[in-house]
Amino acid sequence: MEYEAVIGLEVHVQLNTSTKAFCACRAEFGVEPNTNICPVCLGLPGALPVLNKVVLSHALKVGLALGCSIQNRTKFDRKNYFYPDLPKGYQISQFDLPVALEGEVRIDTPAGEKCVRVKRVHMEEDAGKLMHDAEGSLVDLNRAGVPLLEIVTEPDMNAPDEAYAYLTKLKSVIEYLDVSDCDMEKGSLRCDANVSLRTKGESRLGTKAELKNMNSFKAVKDALLYEIGRQAEILDGGGKVAQETRLWDARQAKTFSMRSKEEAHDYRYFPDPDLTLFLITNEEIEEARAGIPELPQQKAARFMREFGISAYDSGILTADKRDAAFAEECIKVFPSGDKKPVVNYLIGPLLAEANSRGCGLSGLKLPAERLLELVSLVQKNVISNLVSKTVLKEMIDRQVTAEEIVKSRDLAQISDTSALDGIIARVIAENDKSVQDFRSGKENAVMFLVGQVMRMSSGKANPKVVQELLKRRLTDA
Amino acid sequence: MELYSLTGSQLAELLKLGKISAEEILSSLSLRAAGKEEKVKAYVRFDGRLERLPGEGSPARGPLSGIPVSVKDNICTRSRNTECCSRILSGYRPPYDATVISRLKLAGASIISTKTNMDEFAFGSSTENSCFGPSRNPWDTQCVPGGSSGGSAAAVAADEAVLALGSDTGGSIRQPASFCGVVGLKPTYGRVSRYGLVAFASSLDQIGPITKDVRDSALLLNSISGYDPKDSTSVNTPVPDYTACLGLPVKGMRIGVPREYMVEGIDPQVREALLRSLEEFKRLGAECSEVSLPHTEFAVPVYYIIATAEASSNLARFDGVRYGFRTAAAEGINAMYSRTRGEGFGKEAKRRIILGTFALSHGYYDAYYLRALKVRTLIKQDFEKVFGEFDCVVAPTSPTPAFKLGEKMGDPLKMYLSDIYTISANLAGIPAISLPCGFTSGGLPVGMQIMSGHFREENILKLAYAYEQAASAGAESKRRPVL
Amino acid sequence: MSEINDKIIDYTARLARVQLEGAELCELSVQIKGILDFIGKLEEADISNIEPTSHILPVNNVFRADAPAQSLPAEDAISGAPKRRGRYFSVPKVIE
Repeated sequence: MEYEAVIGLEVHVQLNTSTKAFCACRAEFGVEPNTNICPVCLGLPGALPVLNKVVLSHALKVGLALGCSIQNRTKFDRKNYFYPDLPKGYQISQFDLPVALEGEVRIDTPAGEKCVRVKRVHMEEDAGKLMHDAEGSLVDLNRAGVPLLEIVTEPDMNAPDEAYAYLTKLKSVIEYLDVSDCDMEKGSLRCDANVSLRTKGESRLGTKAELKNMNSFKAVKDALLYEIGRQAEILDGGGKVAQETRLWDARQAKTFSMRSKEEAHDYRYFPDPDLTLFLITNEEIEEARAGIPELPQQKAARFMREFGISAYDSGILTADKRDAAFAEECIKVFPSGDKKPVVNYLIGPLLAEANSRGCGLSGLKLPAERLLELVSLVQKNVISNLVSKTVLKEMIDRQVTAEEIVKSRDLAQISDTSALDGIIARVIAENDKSVQDFRSGKENAVMFLVGQVMRMSSGKANPKVVQELLKRRLTDA
Repeated sequence: MELYSLTGSQLAELLKLGKISAEEILSSLSLRAAGKEEKVKAYVRFDGRLERLPGEGSPARGPLSGIPVSVKDNICTRSRNTECCSRILSGYRPPYDATVISRLKLAGASIISTKTNMDEFAFGSSTENSCFGPSRNPWDTQCVPGGSSGGSAAAVAADEAVLALGSDTGGSIRQPASFCGVVGLKPTYGRVSRYGLVAFASSLDQIGPITKDVRDSALLLNSISGYDPKDSTSVNTPVPDYTACLGLPVKGMRIGVPREYMVEGIDPQVREALLRSLEEFKRLGAECSEVSLPHTEFAVPVYYIIATAEASSNLARFDGVRYGFRTAAAEGINAMYSRTRGEGFGKEAKRRIILGTFALSHGYYDAYYLRALKVRTLIKQDFEKVFGEFDCVVAPTSPTPAFKLGEKMGDPLKMYLSDIYTISANLAGIPAISLPCGFTSGGLPVGMQIMSGHFREENILKLAYAYEQAASAGAESKRRPVL
Repeated sequence: MSEINDKIIDYTARLARVQLEGAELCELSVQIKGILDFIGKLEEADISNIEPTSHILPVNNVFRADAPAQSLPAEDAISGAPKRRGRYFSVPKVIE
């Protein structure tokens, strides 16, 4: 049977405020357990919450950036349940009047652009942390009360890759807004996934499983992939998928039923009487909209327009805000109307280097003018593209200029024919077979010989010049 | 005259003249309590003497300098037991002061560190639901002092306290004030910060003064009122000097008397006392007319949904994890929760938690909670209509005088109905005072209630003071409980 | 409104994490049924087109600036715990 997966995602983003959502404790981590706590976030009797203004303004930004309609009236509700990491016995969250509704995120799929609808964005407070050992469980409430945004999609994704693309895009937008560092490993971005299967062509939804405990975008993709397989197997066997929460175990690469964590989920939402209503005027919404920076999609469009570069290239360069800023600086300063050389260098050697170091372009800490100097050395044939990669590594490691490296290590490209004559003569003498091949019409054989010359010149020879000289020698003789 | 028998304003006057010292007042009060506590049991954890909280930097000449203030056991005092008279908070010492306590310290008050008795978490109308046992009514120790602020009211009536703080969610200041023959004021919702008041029903709770007379009520209200940035629901409107309106003429004031409060269930002696008071108001030049608050009959049912729903959530934090009581041994977290809460809460608390949990639970929310919020709107509108035409509403505080200990303990519904006249003010968020307006033939005090619109405390105090002054001409007002 | 029985009260007590002993459950069931019957009076109120009131005063948009203040002194924060280990609150094992 052929199935279609139906996937919806629930993302929690930790907002990067100085203080918690409802009290003045610092929202910082890595401190001693239970030190950033006060009567409010400790849930002491008599303590009362007051909303951090920045939480709402961050929420407005995210809502607007996702194309949501901001609600003119929003309020907080209590979500009641017992858990030792939840000090008050309820979480302050939003139920029926969330701050933003109905937005969208556009993702690229093999079949073209796709729109994933965002159902709602709401504000809430985080819980504390639990640790477990043989003796029991331990509670640290430093994280309790830290502000979160929950962003919920409609079940609009049909493949794990689409979920991955959505998360990448969402993260990119939120980072542009500078409201969260979106680090899944640090827990500042968390994602739960709902997935169900249905027969292709069917419009009704199947029974869904809720997947939790994925700590990277890749884990989300892997968990979905596994779960789709698991559900398909059940359905193929004539079985029924149980509606349940399943935990992803990254080591075993499997999902496991969480069994019932609570006997019943009855959160008894009701309006929190300790917090007021929040009325947001259209003027305030417009003001917030005016404060939204250029977002990745807009920036990519502008790169295409202003710099004449392809959609693909601009997409890569604008995915990360800081990388985009670095790229833009490089492209702008590049002293030529044709930006192709610098763009190619950015998404070629530079991106490869960044990937190998596990950071972004801007993470290489390479000043734009130094990169441009390197690119111009390649352009002017002072060094080859190949050598430039070695130079680049060293520039980054030692924080020096390309010029210095080229000079001190004598890496300048050899284009002088007299300097190359000796090597070429030797290569021709030592590679009789390739010489014969070439002469008998196999044009490609010359490339092997070029490679030999490059090797013997430690990569310094100008490959174009070498190829020309070789051809001339081989045909002259 | 013993110092303990004087009012706060009288003591302040003597202090100002240098005739007495704060220490003399405190030791007089402490001796009085030591002598009468055995009968009254107004305080909890009483160890034979009353002491004051250390007042960091309290000004020598604040408006309440040297005046003792007794505090209900649900208002947080830093490092001092605050247990809401519940086993589940046994030994609990907050690491912070409630905003009212900070304000009183600033005003120079001598805050009594021993707390006053109350129904557990303010759940009750008789102070019998206290884990420390009931307080007694100083006028008749076989009777309850009312509740839930019964300890504060009894202490003031027995001269074991000069000024006291109570909290009022459905009448918990006014009903015990009326039972004990003292003055109790519930301010407008938002007038006094709730920060540090252990929440019962957050949308209804207010802290307020329980005092010997109206002037003291205004005096204490002056010091505790005002905007608090720590309480989102406290209101940022200026605080007038509430004593300034005392003595102003009340001629021409328009008083409405709701007909719904004078019908079935009211004790004839209470009714008579109220009618006599209305005559007094007329003599003072006020105009009294009958008005209607047509949705009054729904007040108690609305209250018992909203208050218990909020309470069920507010009391979820008492889970044995971070403070207070925890059951001796339990396997697993849910058993620990259920046993801790099963053993830590008293009967009435459990009843209300379960009722409130039910009202919010899936499938019942619309029928109970949402419906109650809508009827609350109707009750609020009733008052808005009346206060469009009238300055004040006058009504009995309680349908009966103080009842006997144990009389209503077996029947929660009967107990709930003793708040029938006080609950509406909480639902509407309006200020209301209870002040003595006579006695029954059995010698028990009767209280009357004066209500006004939001932030119109001055209307209430002006009228109450005028009545008190006029009534003080009669011999009845000189009556004091014999202990 | 009064389809209340022991089973619902038992469920509700579990939801509220309140353990009731056998007799207590029966007594409470009867009392709560009585109270709910009384509350049933609300069905007589005409609430058509009436907005619910969850905040009695029109106070809106109350915020706090995002400025840190001193948290509780370390010991104050956990000294009241019924059970602790080091700087943590300690609870019976939570099965994940």
